[in-house]
Amino acid sequence: MSEVIVITSGKGGVGKTTSTANIGVALAMEGKKVVLIDTDIGLRNLDVVMGVENRIVYDIVNVIEGVCRTKQALIKDKRFDGLFLLPAAQTRDKSSITPENMVKLCEELKKEFEYIIIDCPAGIEQGFANAIAAANRAIVVTTPEVSAVRDADRIIGLLEANGIYDHKLLVNRVRIDMVKKGDMMNINDIVDILAVELIGVVPDDENIIITTNRGEPAVMGKSKAGLAYRNITKRIIGEEIPFMDLDDKGGFFGSFKRIFGKNN
Amino acid sequence: MFEALNKFFSKNKEQSSKDIARDRLKLVLIGDRTNISPEILEMIKSEIIKVISNYVEIDVESLEIQITRTLGDDGKTSVPALMANIPIKSAKKFNSK
Repeated sequence: MSEVIVITSGKGGVGKTTSTANIGVALAMEGKKVVLIDTDIGLRNLDVVMGVENRIVYDIVNVIEGVCRTKQALIKDKRFDGLFLLPAAQTRDKSSITPENMVKLCEELKKEFEYIIIDCPAGIEQGFANAIAAANRAIVVTTPEVSAVRDADRIIGLLEANGIYDHKLLVNRVRIDMVKKGDMMNINDIVDILAVELIGVVPDDENIIITTNRGEPAVMGKSKAGLAYRNITKRIIGEEIPFMDLDDKGGFFGSFKRIFGKNN
Repeated sequence: MFEALNKFFSKNKEQSSKDIARDRLKLVLIGDRTNISPEILEMIKSEIIKVISNYVEIDVESLEIQITRTLGDDGKTSVPALMANIPIKSAKKFNSK
């Protein structure tokens, strides 16, 4: 049975595309057959994060309009077997496809792939409706900021209103130094406020920028963020992995407490 | 309402910025999740205080009321729930007559 997972957030710039790329690559590293779909039509970016921007011939709108077959638009990753990208159209807009189109497309892709990972655009309009239409699971990405957490709450409500109850939270860009000083909400604060299950915590890591510069997602290297995404991916496929220590100094349990809040 | 705001601001002086963020978020999400305005919530709060106070002595200062999510009857949908945290100081003695 294939899984269709949408990566969403409401707010822009919290790391949906980066998370999609890293989870996608990590799934392929686990030997899964994976297709990543960029549904951010008009603002496509998953191709550059994945480093395949020079190989795009057809895009998702071409597939839906019948200009090409689905297989012709899929870009095969040269580094990992079983990893493919269906790019968004850059010169069109979100109204070029409908939720029904997405359902039909994903039904076709399910025959070929174990995991279909959908990169959702920011916002709660048509692009969001398209991105979630075929999904049976969702990963809500947020950062420890009031605006991102507020939008995540809204998105969780909208996911449930659309029948997606399997949603988990990914807290991105956590700065342990700021959490320690009490200048950044800890994981417990956020999970408590949103009343939602956590799938993972990704530290703020300059390696994300460096690896994105190169078009090689961080999971391929040895960075902390990369390790965090590998752990998240293992949890996605059902393994039980303890939450990682984001702190370089100090013992595991001490920093664990600090990140998650003293009451836990 | 003003009382609640005042309490917030006076508390904030010793609060770390993340606590301020958390408290502001909790308040704003009440409005986002339901259509209950802070004014209505303040009214609910004072009514609850009035009723409970008839029976027990409560710590009005640390009484907390918020809208949160809880699992609904079907076991998978989450529904908004009104959560009141009311610290009881002592039970009032009743003259049973």
